[in-house]
Amino acid sequence: MDKYSWAWFHRFASPPYVYRVAELWAPWFAWIAGLLIAAGLYGGLWSSPPDYQQGDGFRIIYIHVPSAYLSMMCYGIVATASTIGLVWRMKIAHTVAVAAAPLGASFTFLALITGALWGKPMWGAYWVWDARLTSELILLFLYLGFIALSRAYEDSRSGDRAGAVLALVGVVNLPIIHYSVVWWSSLHQGSTKFFGGNADIQTSMLMPLLLMIFGFTCLFAACLAKRVQLELLGRERNAAWAAEAVR
Amino acid sequence: MLALASRDLRISFRQPGEVLTPAMFFVLVTTLFPLGLSPQPELLRTIAPGVVWVAALLAVLVGQESLFKSDYEDGSLEQLVLSPMPLPLVAITRVTSHWLATGLPVVVLAPLMGLLMDYPTQAMGCLVLSLLLGTFTLSLLGAVGAALTVGLRQGSMLMPILVLPLAVPVLIFGAHAVAQAANGEDPSGVLYLLAAFLVLGITLAPFAIAAAVRVSLES
Amino acid sequence: MSSLHEFLSMGGYGAFVWPAYGLAAMVVVVNIVLPLKRLRRLKADIRRRQGIAS
Repeated sequence: MDKYSWAWFHRFASPPYVYRVAELWAPWFAWIAGLLIAAGLYGGLWSSPPDYQQGDGFRIIYIHVPSAYLSMMCYGIVATASTIGLVWRMKIAHTVAVAAAPLGASFTFLALITGALWGKPMWGAYWVWDARLTSELILLFLYLGFIALSRAYEDSRSGDRAGAVLALVGVVNLPIIHYSVVWWSSLHQGSTKFFGGNADIQTSMLMPLLLMIFGFTCLFAACLAKRVQLELLGRERNAAWAAEAVR
Repeated sequence: MLALASRDLRISFRQPGEVLTPAMFFVLVTTLFPLGLSPQPELLRTIAPGVVWVAALLAVLVGQESLFKSDYEDGSLEQLVLSPMPLPLVAITRVTSHWLATGLPVVVLAPLMGLLMDYPTQAMGCLVLSLLLGTFTLSLLGAVGAALTVGLRQGSMLMPILVLPLAVPVLIFGAHAVAQAANGEDPSGVLYLLAAFLVLGITLAPFAIAAAVRVSLES
Repeated sequence: MSSLHEFLSMGGYGAFVWPAYGLAAMVVVVNIVLPLKRLRRLKADIRRRQGIAS
């Protein structure tokens, strides 16, 4: 019984199985993402009224918040996958971490740029050393370090494990970095709030925001599946299953 | 362990050049700021905590780059891994003796650079104490980076990129303690926090360094 | 027509809102297209090698 109940987990250690699962799921995630984002865009750009304090400028949050959320969730995925890879020596987990990192970096970049574009009309400057923007910038550096390190090794297995150690050191540090940056910016300027005044958000704004968050998450899942496929096939291009998979 | 420590220390101090490089780097970087900005005492006093701390941080990281290099190249790192002593213990011994040779001179020179930056003399104790606590934490972080990149050709450029983002909290609190002391405030709260970082680093970093050394030797 | 103009100007914030959305679209498209293109190239590469081997 015990043996049987873990069978599903062991199957995820097999590259051809994961490759097929990713192939199967990616289109579904992509379609759901397309629908949710289309609905979110309609609600966010067209049908919701302008904010009474920030006018139409607040509409940037419909992409800023999902990107910022994904940037953090993705580091969680990288760190979790790295732990699984280091502890159970599971190669697939490392593949997921390596595949997720560039996506995470791209969404961190997007969160930074949209934050700057939002900040210009609201704060009068593209960049202020706001705690959230600063933490996000450091997160981007952490992603870039992970990507650079895991690619620097010629042998992908060593690169995986080196990156995983770095990701774990990073995830222990992230809360410390975040709180120290918050403390530092509260010291040098009053804290800036993203939702003008109080954080009460109307339903007409919340619905599109939730749609966009779920849509971006599904989009992320679809892209991740494709990247995992790419990594697996690239690493095992000489395996028998790879020959069958490309047929 | 004592034998290992004395061996590490002897190696570290054998070449005086290696001991002096981070200290020289620290002095030179600090000197560049008055030259690049302006020698006005008011300005120097304002930027002194940040400048001294950033320079010390960079100097310590530059020093860490050579931490495992020669051991890796002549194969003695492999012997250390195979020795009966647990690898995390080997790592912390190595980092400590390396810090004594590279980090400590920076701390000793810091008051001198503080004088050049018009930092108040009565706050010098806090400057030294914050650097004492902080540079060792940075040494531990840098050692993780050095262990991860020791087998790579472009490792010397990659290492600071990996470690600098992780060093942000130490920099923030270290520089803040120094600024507080200069303003006549009590910096003990922030110094306790730096000490907490150090304890956290001593507990966790040796295991990360050991794991990183193993990865580097496998490749 | 005026409603479209109103929509595009975003109450004066158009210069910030639209670049943000444009950039987001760009990042999303790159994230989708890049892996697909690389995957196609990799598959073709594997197929070609097979052709040589067999």
